[in-house]
Amino acid sequence: MKRTVPLIITFLTGTFLVVSFFVPHSPFGELEQRLLIWFAIVAGFTMLLGVDSLIRAHVRKVARAQGGWGHSAALLVGLVATVVVGILGRVQYGSPFHIQSPFMFIYTYTIVPLQATMFALLAFFIASASYRAFRARNWVATLLLVSAVIVMLGRIPIGAAISPFFPWAQEWIMEFPQLAAKRGIQIGAALGAVSMSLRIILGIERSYLS
Amino acid sequence: MGSLGIMIGTWLAGFLTLAILSFLYKDNPFYKLAEHVYVGVSAGYWLIYVAFFDVEPMLVETFMTETGLERWILLVPAALGVIMLSRWFPKIAWLSRWPIAFTVGVGAGLGITANIQGYVVPQLQATLLPMTGFNLVSLNNLVLVVGVVTTILYFYFSKPHKGVLGWAAKVGIVFIMISFGASFGYTLMARISLLIGRLYFLFSDLLHVID
Repeated sequence: MKRTVPLIITFLTGTFLVVSFFVPHSPFGELEQRLLIWFAIVAGFTMLLGVDSLIRAHVRKVARAQGGWGHSAALLVGLVATVVVGILGRVQYGSPFHIQSPFMFIYTYTIVPLQATMFALLAFFIASASYRAFRARNWVATLLLVSAVIVMLGRIPIGAAISPFFPWAQEWIMEFPQLAAKRGIQIGAALGAVSMSLRIILGIERSYLS
Repeated sequence: MGSLGIMIGTWLAGFLTLAILSFLYKDNPFYKLAEHVYVGVSAGYWLIYVAFFDVEPMLVETFMTETGLERWILLVPAALGVIMLSRWFPKIAWLSRWPIAFTVGVGAGLGITANIQGYVVPQLQATLLPMTGFNLVSLNNLVLVVGVVTTILYFYFSKPHKGVLGWAAKVGIVFIMISFGASFGYTLMARISLLIGRLYFLFSDLLHVID
Protein backbone atom coordinates (compact mmCIF):
# COMPACT_ATOMS: atom_id res chain seq x y z
CA MET A 1 0.00 0.00 0.00
CA LYS A 2 2.77 2.42 0.90
CA ARG A 3 4.97 1.89 -2.14
CA THR A 4 3.15 -0.35 -4.62
CA VAL A 5 -0.03 1.75 -4.94
CA PRO A 6 1.91 5.00 -5.67
CA LEU A 7 4.04 3.15 -8.25
CA ILE A 8 0.89 1.83 -9.95
CA ILE A 9 -0.74 5.30 -9.92
CA THR A 10 2.38 6.85 -11.47
CA PHE A 11 2.61 4.10 -14.10
CA LEU A 12 -1.07 4.35 -15.07
CA THR A 13 -1.27 8.15 -15.26
CA GLY A 14 2.07 8.49 -17.05
CA THR A 15 1.33 5.70 -19.54
CA PHE A 16 -2.17 7.03 -20.19
CA LEU A 17 -0.85 10.49 -21.06
CA VAL A 18 1.75 9.02 -23.44
CA VAL A 19 -0.80 6.73 -25.11
CA SER A 20 -3.38 9.52 -25.42
CA PHE A 21 -0.78 11.60 -27.27
CA PHE A 22 -0.51 8.95 -29.97
CA VAL A 23 -4.26 8.14 -30.18
CA PRO A 24 -6.13 11.15 -31.55
CA HIS A 25 -9.56 9.60 -31.00
CA SER A 26 -12.29 9.99 -28.42
CA PRO A 27 -12.20 9.60 -25.43
CA PHE A 28 -8.40 9.97 -25.14
CA GLY A 29 -8.11 13.70 -25.83
CA GLU A 30 -10.99 14.48 -23.50
CA LEU A 31 -9.61 12.28 -20.72
CA GLU A 32 -6.19 13.85 -21.14
CA GLN A 33 -7.73 17.30 -20.60
CA ARG A 34 -9.56 15.99 -17.55
CA LEU A 35 -6.33 14.61 -16.08
CA LEU A 36 -4.62 17.96 -16.59
CA ILE A 37 -7.46 19.73 -14.74
CA TRP A 38 -7.18 17.20 -11.91
CA PHE A 39 -3.44 17.82 -11.84
CA ALA A 40 -4.05 21.57 -11.42
CA ILE A 41 -6.55 20.93 -8.62
CA VAL A 42 -4.26 18.55 -6.70
CA ALA A 43 -1.29 20.88 -7.21
CA GLY A 44 -3.46 23.69 -5.82
CA PHE A 45 -3.86 21.83 -2.54
CA THR A 46 -0.08 21.52 -2.19
CA MET A 47 0.02 25.31 -1.89
CA LEU A 48 -1.65 24.92 1.51
CA LEU A 49 1.19 22.65 2.65
CA GLY A 50 3.81 25.16 1.56
CA VAL A 51 2.12 28.15 3.19
CA ASP A 52 1.49 26.12 6.35
CA SER A 53 5.18 25.25 6.56
CA LEU A 54 6.14 28.92 6.08
CA ILE A 55 3.67 30.09 8.76
CA ARG A 56 4.81 27.44 11.26
CA ALA A 57 8.49 28.33 10.85
CA HIS A 58 7.88 32.05 11.39
CA VAL A 59 5.25 31.73 14.14
CA ARG A 60 7.79 29.58 16.04
CA LYS A 61 10.39 32.30 15.61
CA VAL A 62 8.02 35.01 16.86
CA ALA A 63 6.74 32.89 19.79
CA ARG A 64 10.29 32.14 20.97
CA ALA A 65 11.40 35.73 20.32
CA GLN A 66 14.40 34.41 18.35
CA GLY A 67 16.77 36.78 16.56
CA GLY A 68 14.99 38.56 13.70
CA TRP A 69 11.53 37.76 15.07
CA GLY A 70 10.36 41.24 14.06
CA HIS A 71 11.07 40.41 10.42
CA SER A 72 9.16 37.15 10.80
CA ALA A 73 6.25 39.13 12.26
CA ALA A 74 6.37 41.44 9.20
CA LEU A 75 6.27 38.37 6.94
CA LEU A 76 3.24 36.99 8.78
CA VAL A 77 1.44 40.35 8.72
CA GLY A 78 2.12 40.66 4.98
CA LEU A 79 0.87 37.14 4.30
CA VAL A 80 -2.30 37.43 6.41
CA ALA A 81 -3.10 40.93 5.10
CA THR A 82 -2.74 39.75 1.48
CA VAL A 83 -4.99 36.74 2.04
CA VAL A 84 -7.64 38.78 3.93
CA VAL A 85 -7.61 41.51 1.29
CA GLY A 86 -7.84 38.86 -1.46
CA ILE A 87 -10.90 37.29 0.16
CA LEU A 88 -12.47 40.73 0.66
CA GLY A 89 -11.85 41.52 -3.01
CA ARG A 90 -13.53 38.26 -4.00
CA VAL A 91 -16.57 39.02 -1.82
CA GLN A 92 -16.84 42.70 -2.77
CA TYR A 93 -15.97 42.67 -6.47
CA GLY A 94 -16.49 39.04 -7.50
CA SER A 95 -12.75 38.56 -8.10
CA PRO A 96 -9.64 39.54 -6.13
CA PHE A 97 -8.12 40.55 -9.48
CA HIS A 98 -10.78 43.18 -10.19
CA ILE A 99 -9.07 46.50 -10.95
CA GLN A 100 -10.85 48.20 -8.01
CA SER A 101 -10.00 45.39 -5.58
CA PRO A 102 -7.57 46.29 -2.74
CA PHE A 103 -5.77 43.05 -3.60
CA MET A 104 -4.56 44.71 -6.81
CA PHE A 105 -3.31 47.62 -4.69
CA ILE A 106 -1.03 45.17 -2.84
CA TYR A 107 0.04 43.62 -6.14
CA THR A 108 0.80 46.96 -7.82
CA TYR A 109 2.49 48.75 -4.94
CA THR A 110 4.18 45.89 -3.11
CA ILE A 111 4.83 42.79 -5.22
CA VAL A 112 5.68 44.56 -8.50
CA PRO A 113 8.26 47.04 -7.04
CA LEU A 114 9.77 44.39 -4.74
CA GLN A 115 10.13 41.86 -7.54
CA ALA A 116 11.50 44.37 -10.05
CA THR A 117 14.01 45.80 -7.55
CA MET A 118 15.15 42.33 -6.46
CA PHE A 119 15.90 41.44 -10.08
CA ALA A 120 17.46 44.86 -10.71
CA LEU A 121 19.74 44.28 -7.73
CA LEU A 122 21.07 41.20 -9.47
CA ALA A 123 22.56 43.45 -12.17
CA PHE A 124 25.18 44.61 -9.64
CA PHE A 125 25.97 41.12 -8.44
CA ILE A 126 26.20 39.70 -11.96
CA ALA A 127 28.50 42.58 -12.91
CA SER A 128 30.75 42.14 -9.87
CA ALA A 129 30.83 38.34 -10.34
CA SER A 130 31.77 38.80 -14.00
CA TYR A 131 34.55 41.21 -13.03
CA ARG A 132 36.12 38.36 -11.04
CA ALA A 133 35.25 35.53 -13.44
CA PHE A 134 35.78 37.16 -16.84
CA ARG A 135 39.52 36.91 -17.06
CA ALA A 136 40.94 36.10 -20.43
CA ARG A 137 42.95 33.20 -19.00
CA ASN A 138 42.73 31.12 -22.15
CA TRP A 139 41.25 31.48 -25.61
CA VAL A 140 37.85 29.93 -24.76
CA ALA A 141 37.45 32.27 -21.76
CA THR A 142 38.38 35.11 -24.10
CA LEU A 143 35.59 34.02 -26.46
CA LEU A 144 33.10 34.28 -23.59
CA LEU A 145 34.37 37.71 -22.66
CA VAL A 146 34.39 39.05 -26.23
CA SER A 147 30.92 37.70 -27.00
CA ALA A 148 29.49 39.21 -23.78
CA VAL A 149 31.06 42.62 -24.50
CA ILE A 150 29.81 42.64 -28.11
CA VAL A 151 26.25 41.72 -27.05
CA MET A 152 26.23 44.35 -24.29
CA LEU A 153 27.63 47.10 -26.53
CA GLY A 154 25.42 46.09 -29.43
CA ARG A 155 22.24 46.50 -27.41
CA ILE A 156 22.84 50.09 -26.28
CA PRO A 157 22.97 53.32 -28.31
CA ILE A 158 26.64 53.98 -27.48
CA GLY A 159 27.57 50.71 -29.20
CA ALA A 160 26.03 51.91 -32.46
CA ALA A 161 27.67 55.32 -31.95
CA ILE A 162 31.12 53.70 -31.65
CA SER A 163 30.64 51.50 -34.69
CA PRO A 164 27.73 49.97 -36.65
CA PHE A 165 29.67 46.72 -36.27
CA PHE A 166 28.42 46.21 -32.68
CA PRO A 167 24.64 46.10 -33.38
CA TRP A 168 25.24 43.91 -36.44
CA ALA A 169 27.64 41.57 -34.59
CA GLN A 170 25.37 41.20 -31.56
CA GLU A 171 22.46 40.32 -33.83
CA TRP A 172 24.57 37.75 -35.69
CA ILE A 173 25.88 36.21 -32.45
CA MET A 174 22.34 35.95 -31.03
CA GLU A 175 20.90 34.53 -34.25
CA PHE A 176 23.55 31.95 -35.12
CA PRO A 177 26.27 30.75 -32.67
CA GLN A 178 24.20 31.59 -29.55
CA LEU A 179 21.08 29.99 -30.97
CA ALA A 180 23.03 26.93 -32.14
CA ALA A 181 24.51 26.19 -28.71
CA LYS A 182 21.22 26.97 -26.96
CA ARG A 183 19.42 24.63 -29.33
CA GLY A 184 21.97 21.87 -28.76
CA ILE A 185 21.64 22.25 -24.99
CA GLN A 186 17.82 22.32 -25.23
CA ILE A 187 17.72 19.16 -27.34
CA GLY A 188 20.07 17.42 -24.89
CA ALA A 189 18.05 18.58 -21.87
CA ALA A 190 14.78 17.52 -23.49
CA LEU A 191 16.15 14.06 -24.27
CA GLY A 192 17.38 13.83 -20.68
CA ALA A 193 13.92 14.80 -19.40
CA VAL A 194 12.32 12.16 -21.64
CA SER A 195 14.62 9.44 -20.32
CA MET A 196 14.03 10.57 -16.72
CA SER A 197 10.25 10.53 -17.31
CA LEU A 198 10.52 6.99 -18.69
CA ARG A 199 12.48 5.90 -15.61
CA ILE A 200 9.78 7.40 -13.36
CA ILE A 201 6.88 5.79 -15.26
CA LEU A 202 8.60 2.39 -15.26
CA GLY A 203 9.30 2.66 -11.53
CA ILE A 204 13.10 2.65 -11.88
CA GLU A 205 13.36 6.14 -10.40
CA ARG A 206 11.54 6.17 -7.04
CA SER A 207 13.16 9.01 -5.11
CA TYR A 208 9.83 10.90 -4.99
CA LEU A 209 8.48 8.17 -2.67
CA SER A 210 11.07 8.75 0.05
CA MET B 1 -8.50 53.81 -6.05
CA GLY B 2 -8.48 57.48 -5.05
CA SER B 3 -5.54 59.88 -5.28
CA LEU B 4 -4.79 59.32 -1.57
CA GLY B 5 -4.56 55.58 -2.22
CA ILE B 6 -2.21 56.16 -5.16
CA MET B 7 -0.07 58.50 -3.04
CA ILE B 8 0.17 55.99 -0.16
CA GLY B 9 0.90 53.19 -2.65
CA THR B 10 3.64 55.22 -4.36
CA TRP B 11 5.34 56.02 -1.05
CA LEU B 12 5.06 52.40 0.05
CA ALA B 13 6.56 51.23 -3.25
CA GLY B 14 9.27 53.89 -2.94
CA PHE B 15 10.17 52.79 0.58
CA LEU B 16 10.31 49.12 -0.43
CA THR B 17 12.43 49.95 -3.53
CA LEU B 18 14.93 51.93 -1.46
CA ALA B 19 14.96 49.25 1.27
CA ILE B 20 15.93 46.59 -1.30
CA LEU B 21 18.52 48.85 -2.97
CA SER B 22 20.04 49.58 0.46
CA PHE B 23 21.55 46.09 0.28
CA LEU B 24 24.12 47.53 -2.10
CA TYR B 25 25.66 49.26 0.91
CA LYS B 26 25.44 46.21 3.19
CA ASP B 27 22.94 43.79 4.71
CA ASN B 28 20.72 45.89 6.99
CA PRO B 29 17.36 45.72 8.87
CA PHE B 30 15.50 47.68 6.15
CA TYR B 31 16.57 45.18 3.49
CA LYS B 32 15.64 42.28 5.75
CA LEU B 33 12.22 43.84 6.43
CA ALA B 34 11.52 44.32 2.71
CA GLU B 35 12.79 40.81 1.96
CA HIS B 36 10.45 39.25 4.55
CA VAL B 37 7.50 41.37 3.41
CA TYR B 38 8.21 40.18 -0.15
CA VAL B 39 8.11 36.52 0.88
CA GLY B 40 4.95 36.94 2.98
CA VAL B 41 3.03 38.98 0.41
CA SER B 42 4.09 36.68 -2.44
CA ALA B 43 2.96 33.58 -0.51
CA GLY B 44 -0.38 35.26 0.18
CA TYR B 45 -0.70 36.30 -3.46
CA TRP B 46 -0.10 32.79 -4.79
CA LEU B 47 -2.44 31.29 -2.20
CA ILE B 48 -5.24 33.60 -3.37
CA TYR B 49 -4.32 33.00 -7.02
CA VAL B 50 -4.48 29.22 -6.63
CA ALA B 51 -7.68 29.38 -4.58
CA PHE B 52 -9.66 31.70 -6.89
CA PHE B 53 -8.05 31.01 -10.27
CA ASP B 54 -7.51 27.30 -9.95
CA VAL B 55 -9.40 25.38 -7.26
CA GLU B 56 -12.57 27.51 -7.24
CA PRO B 57 -13.35 27.54 -11.00
CA MET B 58 -12.04 24.05 -11.72
CA LEU B 59 -13.44 22.27 -8.70
CA VAL B 60 -16.05 24.23 -6.74
CA GLU B 61 -17.86 26.02 -9.59
CA THR B 62 -17.76 22.99 -11.89
CA PHE B 63 -19.11 20.82 -9.08
CA MET B 64 -21.98 23.28 -8.57
CA THR B 65 -22.91 23.60 -12.23
CA GLU B 66 -22.37 20.06 -13.60
CA THR B 67 -24.73 17.14 -13.11
CA GLY B 68 -24.44 13.35 -12.99
CA LEU B 69 -21.05 11.68 -13.52
CA GLU B 70 -19.40 14.95 -14.62
CA ARG B 71 -20.19 16.30 -11.18
CA TRP B 72 -19.34 13.34 -8.97
CA ILE B 73 -16.10 12.45 -10.78
CA LEU B 74 -14.68 15.69 -9.38
CA LEU B 75 -14.64 14.02 -5.99
CA VAL B 76 -11.55 12.10 -7.19
CA PRO B 77 -9.22 15.15 -7.52
CA ALA B 78 -10.88 16.68 -4.43
CA ALA B 79 -10.11 13.50 -2.46
CA LEU B 80 -6.54 13.40 -3.82
CA GLY B 81 -6.12 17.04 -2.77
CA VAL B 82 -7.43 16.36 0.72
CA ILE B 83 -5.26 13.22 1.01
CA MET B 84 -2.26 15.42 0.15
CA LEU B 85 -2.96 17.27 3.42
CA SER B 86 -2.44 14.00 5.34
CA ARG B 87 1.20 15.11 5.66
CA TRP B 88 -0.03 17.17 8.61
CA PHE B 89 -0.70 13.91 10.51
CA PRO B 90 2.47 11.81 10.86
CA LYS B 91 0.59 8.52 11.37
CA ILE B 92 -1.12 8.72 7.99
CA ALA B 93 1.43 10.92 6.23
CA TRP B 94 2.31 8.01 3.90
CA LEU B 95 -1.10 8.45 2.24
CA SER B 96 0.16 11.70 0.69
CA ARG B 97 2.29 9.54 -1.61
CA TRP B 98 -0.83 8.75 -3.64
CA PRO B 99 -1.56 12.30 -4.82
CA ILE B 100 2.20 12.89 -5.15
CA ALA B 101 2.38 9.78 -7.34
CA PHE B 102 -0.50 11.15 -9.42
CA THR B 103 1.19 14.52 -9.96
CA VAL B 104 4.53 12.84 -10.68
CA GLY B 105 2.81 10.48 -13.15
CA VAL B 106 1.15 13.39 -14.98
CA GLY B 107 4.45 15.28 -14.93
CA ALA B 108 6.33 12.27 -16.31
CA GLY B 109 3.72 11.63 -19.01
CA LEU B 110 3.84 15.25 -20.08
CA GLY B 111 7.62 15.16 -19.72
CA ILE B 112 7.76 12.70 -22.60
CA THR B 113 5.12 14.11 -24.94
CA ALA B 114 5.69 17.81 -24.28
CA ASN B 115 9.47 17.54 -24.58
CA ILE B 116 9.33 15.59 -27.82
CA GLN B 117 6.54 17.67 -29.33
CA GLY B 118 7.63 21.01 -27.90
CA TYR B 119 11.42 20.82 -28.01
CA VAL B 120 13.10 17.92 -29.78
CA VAL B 121 11.06 17.76 -33.01
CA PRO B 122 10.63 21.54 -33.59
CA GLN B 123 14.28 22.24 -32.76
CA LEU B 124 15.47 19.49 -35.11
CA GLN B 125 13.09 20.74 -37.81
CA ALA B 126 14.46 24.27 -37.43
CA THR B 127 18.02 22.94 -37.71
CA LEU B 128 17.49 21.07 -40.97
CA LEU B 129 18.44 24.09 -43.06
CA PRO B 130 19.29 24.27 -46.78
CA MET B 131 22.83 24.95 -47.90
CA THR B 132 22.57 25.86 -51.57
CA GLY B 133 25.70 27.29 -53.02
CA PHE B 134 28.43 29.43 -51.56
CA ASN B 135 26.62 32.46 -50.14
CA LEU B 136 26.03 34.21 -46.79
CA VAL B 137 22.74 32.43 -46.06
CA SER B 138 24.32 29.00 -46.58
CA LEU B 139 27.32 30.00 -44.47
CA ASN B 140 25.07 31.12 -41.60
CA ASN B 141 23.02 27.92 -41.90
CA LEU B 142 26.25 25.93 -41.80
CA VAL B 143 27.28 27.74 -38.60
CA LEU B 144 23.91 26.87 -37.06
CA VAL B 145 24.00 23.18 -38.03
CA VAL B 146 27.64 22.71 -36.98
CA GLY B 147 26.92 24.54 -33.72
CA VAL B 148 23.92 22.36 -32.82
CA VAL B 149 25.66 19.07 -33.70
CA THR B 150 28.96 19.87 -31.97
CA THR B 151 27.22 21.21 -28.85
CA ILE B 152 25.27 17.94 -28.54
CA LEU B 153 28.48 15.98 -29.11
CA TYR B 154 30.25 17.98 -26.39
CA PHE B 155 27.71 16.65 -23.88
CA TYR B 156 28.11 13.06 -25.10
CA PHE B 157 30.14 11.43 -22.34
CA SER B 158 29.60 7.75 -23.17
CA LYS B 159 32.86 7.75 -25.14
CA PRO B 160 36.16 9.49 -24.35
CA HIS B 161 36.60 12.78 -26.18
CA LYS B 162 39.37 11.59 -28.51
CA GLY B 163 39.85 11.63 -32.27
CA VAL B 164 36.91 12.95 -34.31
CA LEU B 165 34.68 13.19 -31.21
CA GLY B 166 37.43 15.13 -29.44
CA TRP B 167 37.66 17.64 -32.30
CA ALA B 168 33.87 17.95 -32.48
CA ALA B 169 33.72 18.55 -28.73
CA LYS B 170 36.40 21.26 -29.08
CA VAL B 171 34.33 23.02 -31.73
CA GLY B 172 31.29 22.53 -29.48
CA ILE B 173 32.96 24.30 -26.55
CA VAL B 174 33.62 27.31 -28.82
CA PHE B 175 29.89 27.61 -29.53
CA ILE B 176 29.00 27.00 -25.88
CA MET B 177 31.35 29.73 -24.64
CA ILE B 178 30.08 32.23 -27.22
CA SER B 179 26.52 31.32 -26.22
CA PHE B 180 27.20 31.68 -22.48
CA GLY B 181 28.88 35.03 -23.04
CA ALA B 182 25.99 36.26 -25.19
CA SER B 183 23.42 34.99 -22.67
CA PHE B 184 25.32 36.73 -19.90
CA GLY B 185 25.39 40.03 -21.80
CA TYR B 186 21.72 39.71 -22.66
CA THR B 187 20.72 38.93 -19.04
CA LEU B 188 22.81 41.77 -17.65
CA MET B 189 21.23 44.26 -20.06
CA ALA B 190 17.75 43.02 -19.06
CA ARG B 191 18.58 43.51 -15.38
CA ILE B 192 19.99 46.99 -16.04
CA SER B 193 16.80 47.82 -17.92
CA LEU B 194 14.84 46.83 -14.78
CA LEU B 195 17.14 48.97 -12.66
CA ILE B 196 16.55 51.95 -14.96
CA GLY B 197 12.81 51.31 -14.54
CA ARG B 198 13.10 51.40 -10.75
CA LEU B 199 15.28 54.55 -10.80
CA TYR B 200 12.82 56.20 -13.17
CA PHE B 201 10.01 55.34 -10.73
CA LEU B 202 11.94 56.88 -7.82
CA PHE B 203 12.84 60.09 -9.64
CA SER B 204 9.61 60.48 -11.58
CA ASP B 205 6.64 59.04 -9.67
CA LEU B 206 7.99 59.47 -6.16
CA LEU B 207 10.18 62.57 -6.21
CA HIS B 208 8.85 64.25 -9.39
CA VAL B 209 12.41 65.32 -10.26
CA ILE B 210 12.02 64.24 -13.90
CA ASP B 211 8.91 64.08 -16.12
